[in-house]
Amino acid sequence: MAARDIIGFCILIALVLVMPHAVGNDYYIGVLIFAAFNCLACIGLSLLMGYAGQISLGHGAFIAIGAYASGLLTTELGWSPWTAMAAGAFAAMGIAFIVGIPALRLKGHYLAMATLGFASIIHIVAVAATDITGGPAGVLNIPRLSLFGYRLDSDTRYYYFAWTAVVIGLYLAFNLIHSRVGRGLRAIHGSEDAAGAAGINTAAYKVQVFVVSAAYASVSGSLYAYYVNYIDPGPFDVMHSVLLVTMVAVGGLHHVWGAVVGAVLLSLLPEVLSFTAGYLQVIGIQYRPDYDILVYGGILLVIMLFLPEGLFAGMIAGGKSVWNLVKRVIRGKQVVRE
Amino acid sequence: MSGNNSILQLDGLRKVFGGVVALDGLCLSVGENTITSVIGPNGAGKTTVFNLITGYLAPSSGAMIYKNTRLQGTKPHKIALLGIGRTFQNVRTFPDMTVLENVMVGRHARSRAGVTVSALLPAFLRPEEKRIQAEAGSWLDFVGLADAADMPAGSLPLGKQRMLEVARALAIEPDLLLLDEPASGLNSRETIAMGDLIHRIRENRITVMLVEHDMELVMEVSDRVAVMNFGRLVAEGTPREVQEDPEVIAAYLGE
Repeated sequence: MAARDIIGFCILIALVLVMPHAVGNDYYIGVLIFAAFNCLACIGLSLLMGYAGQISLGHGAFIAIGAYASGLLTTELGWSPWTAMAAGAFAAMGIAFIVGIPALRLKGHYLAMATLGFASIIHIVAVAATDITGGPAGVLNIPRLSLFGYRLDSDTRYYYFAWTAVVIGLYLAFNLIHSRVGRGLRAIHGSEDAAGAAGINTAAYKVQVFVVSAAYASVSGSLYAYYVNYIDPGPFDVMHSVLLVTMVAVGGLHHVWGAVVGAVLLSLLPEVLSFTAGYLQVIGIQYRPDYDILVYGGILLVIMLFLPEGLFAGMIAGGKSVWNLVKRVIRGKQVVRE
Repeated sequence: MSGNNSILQLDGLRKVFGGVVALDGLCLSVGENTITSVIGPNGAGKTTVFNLITGYLAPSSGAMIYKNTRLQGTKPHKIALLGIGRTFQNVRTFPDMTVLENVMVGRHARSRAGVTVSALLPAFLRPEEKRIQAEAGSWLDFVGLADAADMPAGSLPLGKQRMLEVARALAIEPDLLLLDEPASGLNSRETIAMGDLIHRIRENRITVMLVEHDMELVMEVSDRVAVMNFGRLVAEGTPREVQEDPEVIAAYLGE
């Protein structure tokens, strides 16, 4: 792992430790827990988008698979939450494999189309297969998670647990990127033909990274189910998949850190918007949560126009220019002193 | 010089794009450990031959036999594993990766680490990574790019990018190396260096086949020259034989 990434990990862990004390309010801790779920799904998605150059418009479906597997296996069959989570992840990986093979053998963005259709199907199944999924009424009484006999029943505990999962997920993603496999994926992104000539099975690699990203999404869905203890099809619609892609694109495609930045910022955005809505009302503008989607679209547009490399790259570049400015100011002072 | 055993045999190779016949029953035998050049006017079908051999295109009919293995229907990465390396007419390096990493990708065919172990137990793979890095480094040395190892490949001038592509192709340990216009866009000094490199590659017991327009280079390095026109073999022989062939002169002067 590069030194830069180790610094990144230190900053992330420090922020995770500080935030609960900074916000000191269960509601906002809940918001940050949801941010962690999005982060986990986005890390997997960024491996797919940034390193294999493929887009999935169906990651919400893999989240749903994880959530429903966890919800149904624990409540209906009495499985342990951990086993149910693993089963959900394996199911998501198997389905990703089946969806991915035909779509990824073709060059171009066939995966986006295939996953879009797949996400709609999963959502319809969740709504309509009432005997299995409970339909719009959902699955109730999903148990809480326990870790080493320690029940994760308070928001603060679950917060630390969820963010630990993010850190582990990031660590595994970095291992993958800095390995022979990651090099192969970057090569595919650089030139698919040249990668093939170097002996890389490009189709197999793309399928594998899609399967890995589905596992991330599924685990994120399981953690969500164990946190809210109740699931219904609502949050797993196609718009959620689009939102995840937006998070990764806004944060920056070319780096996994971009996915973390994008996921956290866009997860916090609705809170910021409902906060500003109060002020807007004062000056006579009626802001409704329905407009959120417009704001997301606007943000994506602005980012793509002015920071096509994403917010993360923009932050790094901004940090560098500030640092250069500081250096110049200090040097300027020295000149004056001389 | 030319070996008696052929490493690659093309037999009645035909490729049709829509209504255009790019290759019209090409027959060619490439001797082991030789340098064979394929020349011909633009559109003669030279690059198509390479794309067929390396699996990027499927032949309409005909056979390609490499060391007793039929190549048709084999995927590009499998052909690389069989020991056929190639470069591209328009250089295809991985621009965002370093020069060394580019060559490390070439070691892919000769290393094994998979997704699961890479993500969960990277420590186990450190010896393999070190080996890949060392081997890639020695190929960079071979083409004379060791100084540029840590630079992004995209920042190299074209001549060096072509050298880098050769190093990456060599890193798969090919027995047959296909170079698609290795001197195109190079200045005369770089072209001489490329010719020298091709000689040194053959000294490593690697058969070289090249498509090239630079006749000085072709005549200097080749053991055999195959001349194509309109998807057919017009002449084949030593550089001297080919130069004196009336059909070749006609093809080039457009009689």
